[in-house]
Amino acid sequence: MGKIVALTGNDAAGTAMIQIRPDVVAAFPITPQTELMHKFAEAVADGDVDTEFVSVESEHSAMSAAIGASAAGARVMTATSANGFALMWEVVYIAASYRLPIVMTLVNRALSGPINIHCDHSDSMGGRDAGWIQIHSENSQEVYDNLIQGVKIAENRDVLLPVMVTSDGFILSHTLERMEILDNQGVQDFVGENHPQHTLLDVDHPVTFGPLDLPDYYFEHKRQQVLAMEQAKGAILEVGREFKKLSGRDYWLFEEYQMEGAERAIVALGSTAGTVKETVDALREKGEKVGLIKLRVFRPFPKEELIEALKGIKVLAVFDRSHSFGGFGGPLFSEIRSALYGSDLSLQVLNYIYGLGGRNISLKEIEWVYSDLKEVIETGKVRERINYLGVRG
Amino acid sequence: MSRLKGWKEIPIGGLILEAGNAEEYQTGTWRTYRPVWDEGKCIHCLFCWIYCPDSAIIVEGGKMKGIDLEHCKGCGICAQECPPKVKAIEMALESKLQSEKGE
Repeated sequence: MGKIVALTGNDAAGTAMIQIRPDVVAAFPITPQTELMHKFAEAVADGDVDTEFVSVESEHSAMSAAIGASAAGARVMTATSANGFALMWEVVYIAASYRLPIVMTLVNRALSGPINIHCDHSDSMGGRDAGWIQIHSENSQEVYDNLIQGVKIAENRDVLLPVMVTSDGFILSHTLERMEILDNQGVQDFVGENHPQHTLLDVDHPVTFGPLDLPDYYFEHKRQQVLAMEQAKGAILEVGREFKKLSGRDYWLFEEYQMEGAERAIVALGSTAGTVKETVDALREKGEKVGLIKLRVFRPFPKEELIEALKGIKVLAVFDRSHSFGGFGGPLFSEIRSALYGSDLSLQVLNYIYGLGGRNISLKEIEWVYSDLKEVIETGKVRERINYLGVRG
Repeated sequence: MSRLKGWKEIPIGGLILEAGNAEEYQTGTWRTYRPVWDEGKCIHCLFCWIYCPDSAIIVEGGKMKGIDLEHCKGCGICAQECPPKVKAIEMALESKLQSEKGE
């Protein structure tokens, strides 16, 4: 089995990359991702991996190089944060549209301004419609595990989509944590070799990537992306089962924590789920019927499974670490409420925007949320649908 | 355009797996003016064939045989280059021809 180590989220992601040994990595430094690529570049410089490391002059070039290398048949990885991800924008869509299985760590950071380098999810949420699979991580262990699984999910023949694995900036990326890493050979055997069907370097079977796609065919290619996302769900589950055999750790579309018999629940992404678990444990000891759904896979969005998991819940709080300004609540809230509309469930759903620009969220605040939910059950009334948790009045 | 394929029939990601496929793209639909060729006037000098920026002039055995209307975009260069004394190609409004012939 694995080895117990103490690693930061960035070191965990770097370690996963070293063990995956991608053919090509193209990256540009940006806080809080920088250390991750330091770790990997060091392994390249030391000759521990034979990856072609491309030091580019911007994130736009990083993703462009990743696309070229992936189209050529290489297994490609990269990483970025916030404004770096924003600078990649147009090519992020192209990676998904060309169906290239690139795997990227996105170390979540607020998309300025005013300039801020700390964690929120405005960067990854901005990319939610780009056609990338999006997998969120609660801790460094999950960052590591999700990256290794991400390679197999992306390269699955029924999927062939890029995968983004998120890691909460600083909260995970710079915090030392006890975790377990697999041995190199185990990871190598698990990810296997990449055998893409069509590549630019296969001169016996020439292929054109990226031709002009006008109104007569563009829509058909978008429809294919819809199918790939639908099929990704199956691939994520299959890869999760295989990964359990290797690691002993369970991965699904989301994690249900103390949901049995729960009447009040929170849905959260990323590291905050860990803080919510602490609160749930404390409240459960007092006999309160509270639970948590930690959403792991945001794209493809597990609509049916969530509806099933929310049976029995009377009031739900959706935690959003980003906002959709002028919209009806945060992106996760909109998504979940939309999924519930038309289902057999008739629970109340409240939104809590929190943690923007790295603002900490405390156990006490999460406790307040559960008591807000209790009040809704008792009074049958919702005072505020969209709430701002931890902002000064 | 009944020959357009559905989303399940085409390679993913806009990949083109075969060379020489530009022929399959029916650019003739872009045309506003159609070249109308008068075989009786034609002297088979093949200026039209030389100047056509596509490859829409059909030539067999060294003789002009007609115009590939599936690819001709109606630029009118063939009509322009046809010698003034011959004038075997004239440009006519596509919409008018279509309504006359019920195409």
